[in-house]
Amino acid sequence: MQRYILHRLLQAVVVLFLVSLVVFVMLHVLPGGAGRAILGKSATPLQVAQFDHRMGYDRPIPVQYWTWLTQVLRGDLGFSYKLNQPVSAVLGQALPKTALLTAISIAVALLIAIPLGLLQAVRRNKPADHIGTGVAFVLYATPTFFLALALVLIFGVDLRLLPAEAPQTNSIPAILGSFQGMILPVASLALGMVALFSRYLRSSILDNLAEDWVRTARAKGLPPRRILVRHVLRNSLTSMVTLLGLSVPWVLAGSVIVEQVFNYPGMGLLFWNEAQVNDFPVELAVVLVVGVATVAGNLLADIGYALLDPRVRYGRS
Amino acid sequence: MTAGQELAAVQPPAGPAAGLADAPRPAGRALLGAFAENRVAVAGLVLLVALVLFCFIGPHLYSTDQVHANLATANLAPGSPGHPLGTDNLGFDELGRLMAGGQASLEVGIAAALFATIFGALWGAVAAVAGGVVDALMMRIVDALSSIPSLFFLIFLAHVLSFSVPMLIIVIGYVAWLGPARLVRGEALTTISRDFVQAVKMMGGRTPRMVIRHVIPNAIGTMAVNATFQVADAILVVAALGYLGIGVPPPAADWGTMLSSGISFAEAGYWWMIFCPGLAIVLTVVAFNFIGDGLRDAFSVRARTR
Repeated sequence: MQRYILHRLLQAVVVLFLVSLVVFVMLHVLPGGAGRAILGKSATPLQVAQFDHRMGYDRPIPVQYWTWLTQVLRGDLGFSYKLNQPVSAVLGQALPKTALLTAISIAVALLIAIPLGLLQAVRRNKPADHIGTGVAFVLYATPTFFLALALVLIFGVDLRLLPAEAPQTNSIPAILGSFQGMILPVASLALGMVALFSRYLRSSILDNLAEDWVRTARAKGLPPRRILVRHVLRNSLTSMVTLLGLSVPWVLAGSVIVEQVFNYPGMGLLFWNEAQVNDFPVELAVVLVVGVATVAGNLLADIGYALLDPRVRYGRS
Repeated sequence: MTAGQELAAVQPPAGPAAGLADAPRPAGRALLGAFAENRVAVAGLVLLVALVLFCFIGPHLYSTDQVHANLATANLAPGSPGHPLGTDNLGFDELGRLMAGGQASLEVGIAAALFATIFGALWGAVAAVAGGVVDALMMRIVDALSSIPSLFFLIFLAHVLSFSVPMLIIVIGYVAWLGPARLVRGEALTTISRDFVQAVKMMGGRTPRMVIRHVIPNAIGTMAVNATFQVADAILVVAALGYLGIGVPPPAADWGTMLSSGISFAEAGYWWMIFCPGLAIVLTVVAFNFIGDGLRDAFSVRARTR
């Protein structure tokens, strides 16, 4: 078990190193170099050269990479010239809000998807299952921006039931206080996840129902409901841990669109806005944070699954 | 692995084709038979054929000017004389624009998916055959690239490059090849461990021959199924790019761009500019997912009869 975790940790470190390399290369493939990209088109060549020299952009690439890496490891993500603030301060403001939005959305999605997946598995190939499958396929095929816009048009513009904009405040308690504004953003982000999670759970429950130990439990005379909830569902939820870990990049990408549509001041909106004005330090920092979150999600998925499922633990150690 | 393949990978094989197992048939016909018995897959195929006819034959029957804007006829509601689905903010006929936009969306989606599948398959097969450090390094590169969600990458790129149609295909293909690479590597590892490949190796068969003659053909089923889901995903990416304002360059259009230009008029209640292209995207993606599902079941039937 320890060897397995150690092996996975090592892999994650290698991947993180490659992610940082990709992010760094992204900065250096900018047309005309980073200095030109940051200062803009109207800067004179002399100004660009002076800036490059001051920032160390004229030094050899490996040296620059090392300097940058040590800075990042110390928590220094650079300086945003467009916002005139350190990038870490800007991110510190935006990141908790994205975390809040995605956490609520995942929780809502699980609350809907678990009963739905269970219902579909129990009523396999009956109308309820077919309807669930159809809805999942349509939800999955609906781009997040279309879903968000459709929800705004229906509930915000036509029916005037819900605000078409997320709460415009910087404090998390205030966001929670005006939860009405969060309903549409959360719905836009959660519905796609419902499709994914419920499909996964449905097939996982069906697989588990075909296992020998279910037949044993039945033969022992356990009530079907108990078999389903205590044995089968428990087993299937374990494998959902992996799916949750793997959906981190997907959820974060969705949050860019949702935050942009609803003007919710999180990391996704920050990335979108700063991309419009070529604020590369912020863009690269966000990409780096997202990359780290994805690697961490994958790692937690694997380790969590190994901890929860003894078969993985003994099979690999 | 994208959400689409995730969604696809978790669906259990459907029941109706199971009866085929007793009667041995030629592989191709068994494949067709299994596909035809899957009603959902056939529905997907019919839907796709209808969409393709609509986009590519439609403009010959219902010809509209999709190049010259005409502000005199802008923002007409559906049902206006001569414009069954109304017009957009530049006066383009919405129905005609759906056809033209569909051509771009389908072409870019299919081309990008093919590019991604071929490149990814080769990468995965080479990694599996090479093994050892090379394999580990190649797969960690895949891990690292898939740790950066493609949307962030595309938004970043959009402000650095200017997109043309071939560029779009390459960029979308580039963010989509990671799934096929992983899948084919897995398949290839299984193939390589089988006796007949080991025999080829012992007889002195060279590596490129092994990849092209044995590893790739054995992964064809997986690749075909995956490619179908890739098209669905690529069409969603094209739509997202269009929505972000970096889709197919004007005067051409794609569904995402159409939807995006309709947003400014959401408050005015011009719903047709948003719902028409939106529904077109959803229908196309559903069609490809249905077909992919049917193909997967058909291929797993073939695996059973062999």
